[in-house]
Amino acid sequence: MSASHEPTSHTFEANAREALANARLQKALGAASGRFVSHRASAVAERPDFEELRRCGHAIKQEALDRLPQLLEQFEEHVVARGGRVHWARDAEEANQHVIRIAKNENVKRIVKSKSMATEEIHLNHALEAAGFEVVETDLGEFIIQLDKDIPSHIIAPAVHLTKEQVSEIFERELRETNAPGAGIPGLNAIARRTLRKSFLSAEMGISGANFAAADSGSIVIVENEGNAGLCSTLPRIHVAVVGIEKLVPRFDDLAVMLKLLGRSATGQRLTSYTNFITGIAGDGEEGPEQFHVILLDNGRSKIYDDDHLWGSLRCIRCGACLNACPVYKRAGGHAYGWVYQGPIGAVITPQYLGLERAPALPYASSLCGACFEVCPVKIEIPHMLLELRSQVVEASTEASGAAPKRPFFESLSFGAFAFLGRRPKLWDFATRLGRWLLRARSSDGQIPALSLPLLNRWTARRDLRAPARETFREEWARRRGRADAEADA
Amino acid sequence: MPRKVSLFVTCLADQVMTQAAWAAVELLEKLGCQVEVPMGQTCCGQPAFNSGYRNEAREVARHWLETFKHAQYIVSPSGSCTSMVKVFYKDLFEPGSPEAREIARLAARTYELTQFIVWELGRTDVGARYRGKVAYHASCHLLRELGERHAPRGLLERVQGAELVSIKDSETVCCGFGGTFSVKMADLSAAMLDEKLAALEASGADCVVACDAGCLLHIGGGLTRRGSRVRAFHIAELLTGRVPAPDAHV
Repeated sequence: MSASHEPTSHTFEANAREALANARLQKALGAASGRFVSHRASAVAERPDFEELRRCGHAIKQEALDRLPQLLEQFEEHVVARGGRVHWARDAEEANQHVIRIAKNENVKRIVKSKSMATEEIHLNHALEAAGFEVVETDLGEFIIQLDKDIPSHIIAPAVHLTKEQVSEIFERELRETNAPGAGIPGLNAIARRTLRKSFLSAEMGISGANFAAADSGSIVIVENEGNAGLCSTLPRIHVAVVGIEKLVPRFDDLAVMLKLLGRSATGQRLTSYTNFITGIAGDGEEGPEQFHVILLDNGRSKIYDDDHLWGSLRCIRCGACLNACPVYKRAGGHAYGWVYQGPIGAVITPQYLGLERAPALPYASSLCGACFEVCPVKIEIPHMLLELRSQVVEASTEASGAAPKRPFFESLSFGAFAFLGRRPKLWDFATRLGRWLLRARSSDGQIPALSLPLLNRWTARRDLRAPARETFREEWARRRGRADAEADA
Repeated sequence: MPRKVSLFVTCLADQVMTQAAWAAVELLEKLGCQVEVPMGQTCCGQPAFNSGYRNEAREVARHWLETFKHAQYIVSPSGSCTSMVKVFYKDLFEPGSPEAREIARLAARTYELTQFIVWELGRTDVGARYRGKVAYHASCHLLRELGERHAPRGLLERVQGAELVSIKDSETVCCGFGGTFSVKMADLSAAMLDEKLAALEASGADCVVACDAGCLLHIGGGLTRRGSRVRAFHIAELLTGRVPAPDAHV
């Protein structure tokens, strides 16, 4: 498959419909989400203090946000003191230019990368390839995605939408591995390992993201299960880490909490197989990179920081638990969300990064069931933020500037009428009586099987609509219990 | 002194699921409450609020506050509408405004029906009987916005003759209703419903009960559409003997 970098968030509903019709995708999503959910549940059940850990995680990330400007400077001081360099990037363009400049200055030709959502966000690969560098993704999922010219569909499991049969096809086609079909998962792993080993050994630059950055030590932390991030950050001469400014935690010691939360929430592991702590460059007599660069990426984060209702979304540690818990993500899949961040957290942050006008459907891509909040290790109030975003969508649609798309006429008309009638009980009763009468005329055996009215037709397409009562409960109450209550109430 | 309860009927129970409202009245009166029904009530405003229409929701919320201002207890047969009042109303008004103070005052005396019976009246055995298998669907707003896991189950466990069966992996998974989500994102909503219905049918239950008319209309409409033998009822209907035994039902 080939996917473009152009966001398609504005067509979420159509994207989701396409996903629902794709049986292979539904099977892959159902299996993966079931696995993630049950693994997380058992890992959480092991810790009777998990709620306490969540509260601590929330407090740590909130403190980091409260003190962010100061912590960023402290982090920079410590990175520099340990022989590293810090580059500040306002947006994607600046971040990409920093990396390209470093690579050019150091005569880099080959680059290996470990998984990083921040670099997905800025389309770093695209920029590096356009500048003439060879870039190889070394996380297995990302490697598959890169070969297939696809885009990730899950924050921590980028190729979760693919089955192993599809991966075999990709390896056969792109790597000319004629043994790939039928190789099974171990065989496919062996092919990837063999291919990637060459890249690790020949690359001059390794690029990673970071899961956390500790302000008081200048360390970055990368968690992983494959060992590729460790190789990317140690084998090549130069290590570049692209780090969103929200990755900061105040103290190295805070990682004791954050790492417990991350592994359990993400994959259901107590800890991931590897946890890389990287502090500065290799010292005398030590092996490791000669250069360590940290790109501190804003790219819209400080705009989110300024929104009183939504800035808590910067606490996100990208564990993906909300995706796995979400009944909408499980059906729609990650690509439906149309940009690099998917699922409930994607529905919250994508409209903030891209602008509401480019993702007005995402805040509505939720039944507001709250399963996302329930599993969030840092207690981000995702459903409440989606509601806030919905109100911003409606507000922006009425602005004269016309920057945001207008809401459907029928919708704004309906809610206008709703507000008008909702505070005029007599008119409300009259209008609803009329509505009930119309609906009852279409019913048989107490159910309405099909309606051609706007929106209600979408209800009856898949379920019956129970016919409304001839007489409302209140009317019946007044009739049976006399007018006493009505008068007492008046 | 009997507790005076103002029934917050909710628009769906008032217009469509009137039996649920009557069942709530019967239960409350049986437990010694004096029930009154403020006749001027319309809707809590949630459909507008959930769709992003806060100005519209605010006007309806003001009307609700006026309608229930004299209430001693406000009880509703809906977890979702209760959460609108108790959790979300405050987001519609400036902190410290007269409305915000009024919300704080009234929200504190507003209860979802099963919460009121179990936590305020201290009752779990309401003398109900049912011969059959019952599944409980935990509606999301009652479960997560109001944090209620125990009250409805506590009541169901004491229904004589009823066997409470669990809906595997699905008891606390959203049915896909989601208010306007059910028509805005109708395909996703229906896909979520399909999974819920399959789980319900596999559970062996002959009826499913919940504490929200919205979810019940959605689940019930799905069940009748597929000609299922499982039927959907409000929990109050079961607790007042309004649910016919499975063998009596043809």
